[in-house]
Amino acid sequence: MKIKTIVELLNAEVLAGADKLDTDVHSACGCDLLSDVLAFVKEQAVLLTGMCNPQVVRTAVMMDMRCIVFVRGKVPGQDVIDLAEEHGLVILTSDERMYSACGKLYQNGLAAGSVIDD
Amino acid sequence: MTKEPLRFHFDICGENFTSAGEASVSIKRILRQIGISPDIIRRVSIAMYECEINMVIHANGGTADVDVYTDKIILTLKDEGPGIPDLELAMQEGYSTAPDSIRSLGFGAGMGLPNMKKYTDVMDIKTEVGKGTTVTMTVFL
Ligand SMILES: Nc1ncnc2c1ncn2[C@@H]1O[C@H](COP(=O)(O)OP(=O)(O)OP(=O)(O)O)[C@@H](O)[C@H]1O
Ligand SMILES: [Mg+2]
Repeated sequence: MKIKTIVELLNAEVLAGADKLDTDVHSACGCDLLSDVLAFVKEQAVLLTGMCNPQVVRTAVMMDMRCIVFVRGKVPGQDVIDLAEEHGLVILTSDERMYSACGKLYQNGLAAGSVIDD
Repeated sequence: MTKEPLRFHFDICGENFTSAGEASVSIKRILRQIGISPDIIRRVSIAMYECEINMVIHANGGTADVDVYTDKIILTLKDEGPGIPDLELAMQEGYSTAPDSIRSLGFGAGMGLPNMKKYTDVMDIKTEVGKGTTVTMTVFL
């Protein structure tokens, strides 16, 4: 799925990475617990989250993710947006709630992907 | 012939959580510039990020040194915080003493130390209650 399809499905606003909406992504995860993202996420390119602080972007950068979707209309500070631009991350914000945002993407073929389990 | 490592030093401010992780972001950028493979970069930067966050949350900051050799990267994170009274317990998944204020920011699941161990080849922790903690992690290239 292209990131621009996510924008359409979630009626999202693009806050960073407007030039990268043609990027293809194959899996996503919805998570507010950044500890879990760092510990269990493996290859998910999209992070949907209701958490809105600089650590969300730093965590996504560490995990080589491509896109963050802030749900429930959350908008991060400019510092966070700048950090995302620098690392080539797309940042979206959508009024959808977490459950429906994830549901819409899943229903339209964006997979959950695998997680590390050991 | 042993070549001198490339050394990078960071002071990690323990005052505010907002800046926690900046050193790890810098290291990620540096490693990319010097051409380290993406897989290694990811492992090194996740381990350092977890450790940096720990120093800010649990130990009021400290220092981070990253030494890049031709065959390995060594991370040394040192603080003068409270130390870890029971290291074996702290290493268990799910053990955390993080306060609610930190949990509400998305951390404090007790996954950091096990995760650091998982992503690095060698991890050594020297800790003394009341003195501080030094974590040394090695990733072979
Ligand atoms: N540098 C440190 N100084 C003092 N105590 C520490 C330090 N690092 C870890 N600890 C102790 O070890 C516990 C476990 O650390 P760990 O990183 O595994 O989990 P956490 O930081 O509490 O949560 P998470 O990493 O999942 O966000 C901490 O809750 C804390 O009590
Ligand atoms: Mg931790």
